[in-house]
This record gives sequence, C-alpha cells and structure tokens, in this order.
Amino acid sequence: MTDLSRRKLIIGGLAATAGVAGLGVAAQLAEKYGLIPPDHGGIYGLGTTLTYASQRLLTRHSMAREFSQSQISRPPLANEMPPLTDAYKHLQAGGFADWRLTVTGMVDRPAAFSLAQLKSYPRRSQITQIACEEGWSYIAEWIGVPLSHVMDLVGVQPQAKYIVYFSIDPDWWDSIDMADAMHPQTFLAYGMNGDELPTGNGGPLRMRVPRQLGYKSVKFVTHLTVTDNLKNFGKGLGSLEPEFGYSWYAGI
Amino acid sequence: MTHWITTLCFFALLVTGMEIVISHPRFYWGETGNVLTRPLFKLHIPSSRSLVPTGYGYVLPDQNGWSRYLHFQAAWIVVLTGLLYVISIFFTGHLWRDLLPGKSELSWRALSTTIASHLRFARPGEAEAWSYNVLQRLSYLFVIFVLFPLIIWTGLAMSPAFVSAFPVTVTSLGGQQSARTIHFFVTIALVLFLLVHLVMICVAGFKSRMRAMITGKINAGKMITGQAITEEVTTGQAATDTEQT
Repeated sequence: MTDLSRRKLIIGGLAATAGVAGLGVAAQLAEKYGLIPPDHGGIYGLGTTLTYASQRLLTRHSMAREFSQSQISRPPLANEMPPLTDAYKHLQAGGFADWRLTVTGMVDRPAAFSLAQLKSYPRRSQITQIACEEGWSYIAEWIGVPLSHVMDLVGVQPQAKYIVYFSIDPDWWDSIDMADAMHPQTFLAYGMNGDELPTGNGGPLRMRVPRQLGYKSVKFVTHLTVTDNLKNFGKGLGSLEPEFGYSWYAGI
Repeated sequence: MTHWITTLCFFALLVTGMEIVISHPRFYWGETGNVLTRPLFKLHIPSSRSLVPTGYGYVLPDQNGWSRYLHFQAAWIVVLTGLLYVISIFFTGHLWRDLLPGKSELSWRALSTTIASHLRFARPGEAEAWSYNVLQRLSYLFVIFVLFPLIIWTGLAMSPAFVSAFPVTVTSLGGQQSARTIHFFVTIALVLFLLVHLVMICVAGFKSRMRAMITGKINAGKMITGQAITEEVTTGQAATDTEQT
C-alpha cells in the first residue's frame, strides 16, 4: 500500500464517520423540529422525507398563490368520487341542518359545530388553484372559516402536532401538521364562487389545504381530532393515502 | 460514477413520469387545465383514470402512488448527484479542458468537417478517444446547463408548496400547466439525446467505450506507444464519470 492510497483511505474513513455522525445529528434535529413525515419508513422514505423537510423549512409561512376573479375556471370541475354514503344522503335530505363538525383530542373545549355556527364566524374567501396529482387543475373562489379560527375556539393544547380530519365517508381521512393547520389559507370551506359548495366539490363542508395537492382537501368533513401522534390512526402512516401507496405530504 | 447514478435515476424518472402522464394524457397551456377545458394537445393512449375521455373502452390500473414516490426520490438523488458533478467539473478542470469547445473548433469550417465525418458514421480517430469532439462538447453542455436545469425548474414549478414560497418559478413560465407541458417536452429532448448518445457509442466501438466508461481508463497499450502512461490515462473520455467516486 502506497502512502497515497493510505492517506486516501484515512481521509475517506474520516469523511464517512463524519457523514454518519452528521446524519445522526440531522435526524435528531429533524425529529425535534417536526421535519419527519409519518410515512418516512420503507424504500421511498428518503425522498418523501427530503421533500417534506425542505419544503417545511422553505414554506412554513408562505402563502399559496391567489388569482383574480377573471381567472376562475368555469364551470368548476367536479372530480370523480365514490358513491355518496347513506349517511350523507340522509343529511342532504334534511338540508344539512343536522350536519355536525365534531372536534376532539388535545383541545381544552371539545365541541360540535353546526354549519350555521361555522357560517356565523368571520367569513373568508380565497381564489386559489386546486391541482390534482394526476396533472389537471382548476381555479375557484373558496369561501369558509379558517381552520385556525375553529382551533382557537376549542383551544389547541401546546403539545399538539397534527390535526386529523375525517369525511362522512368512513374510507376517507387525512391529516396535516400544525404549520398547515394554522395557516391562514387552510379553510373549512362551505362555499364556492359566491355560492354554496356543491356536493361534487365536497359540499357542504370541505377541508381546503391550498399549498398541497387536491387529495389533501378531503370532502364532506364531519370530524377533526387534534393529536401529537399519528400512530393510532389507521396503519399509523398519517392518512389513508399512504396505505394506497400515495405520499402523506403532498406539497408535491 | 455520477454518470451511472444519473442513468439509473433517469430511467426511474422516465418510467414513473410516463405512469403519471397516463393518469391524464392531456396537455394545456396557462394556469389551469382539466377535462372541461380545451387541451393544447392530447396523447392518443388509454388512461388510468375514467375521468379522462380517451376513446378507449377500458381504464388502465392506477400506478401513480409508487410512481410519484419514486419520481421524487429519484429526482432528489439525481439533483444532488448533478450538483456534485457540476461542482467537480469546475474544480477538476474537466469543464474548461473537455467540455467548453476551443475557439478554433467553433469556426464554420471546423464544425462542418466534424458534422460531415459524423454523417459518414466514420469511426473516431485516436484523438477523440481522449477527449470530446466539438459536437459532443456542445450537446453535453446543452444537456448539463440547459435541459437539466429546465426540467428541474419546470418540475418545481408544478409544486403548490414550492411556488407558494417562490411564485416567480411558475409565473415566469405562464402558469402551472405550461410548466407541465414544458416538462414533457424537455423529457422528449432528453430521450432524443439519450438515443443519439447510444448510437454514437455503438459507432465509436461499443466495447472500448464501455470499458472506458466503466473503468475510467482507455486501453493504453494499443493507443499510445513509447510513453509512460500513468495519471494521464484517467483524463480520457469518461474519466469524469469515475473521478467523483
């Protein structure tokens, strides 16, 4: 072995050790600052973790792009969806008067809100794009109450890390971290383009998360729960999507 | 080494990209586009979603989940590898020595000679085993400094979270759907480059080129006589591919 190759070997060894130690420290820091997505395991964990961590660092407070009235897509597209459940049809027949949004988990005052109550809170609107992972998109005016307003009413406890939200369709639920949950553009939307929110677009109540792809904007929301751990929901991957092979974080 | 990581990632990105396109084989210009709007053009292939009217009586199985996971994972790996490569070609001198064409090579006369010899599919002479000819230099520079940055940019421009922080990445392209369409065309350009690249390797002699690429060495005994070849050997054709190992 020549001096040169020995030197290379030593330098290489030191670099590798530093690399592994660096990764360990990075992993601990990432965990501490909430940069690890719930679906970080498995062969695609590296990519989705890098995406989530880097986008969280870049986009914690950034605002989704907003558009002008003239850019609204008409007519708005109603995507395909599974058949409406009997529970939905029953509430629809009653004009959604009995629709409730229940809020539980790490909150000081668990509550159930009717649509009328939600509509009595400050009404906000945004003209944002909804982009599907398939590649299509449309722009609409979304009207609703910011999720953060509802969270302030129920009193989120400081250890909370995620909000899990459920559709009336029992096979449809998802979750977001607090950065997205408390973001001013994350809405509980009940209206669209100056009107009620149509069934095809998720009415009477839809979660709207404009900085992520469309599948995070779950339709027909009836229940929210605040938690610091996603392990006890479904298979512990944060939403139903990863169980079908889709990533939990969908900033892209 | 960076070359083979890039190759592997490129194929992963290409296959998964095609899978994602199959879920909506329509392309648009501007901010938005969906089945209710007029496409710029459509691919006449079946789709993996029943939402899309394709004219085919069947719907392909949905492969988007793993395709998207793998697409972004491969993108991360190839971008990091590419950064390493670009930094290294500045520092090792590969860029100035082997990639930027010399002034004399850029004259019309020199260019036409090189083009003519390519059209005859002439086997490259000895000098070319050691370095790139002017057409290679120009096309590699175009891929490294135009196509790769453009495909990364248009990819990021499709991310709703990324553009919330850097809206100009998408507004400068005319909208999210424009970004998607450009992303598609850059992919086609890269595939064309790949095909020409492969044909050229075959013309140049598949065995010797592959040996050079994999080992980073050129068969010195045969090419050079009466000269001790040591470190110099590794500066040949694809030595760069191994320099960063």
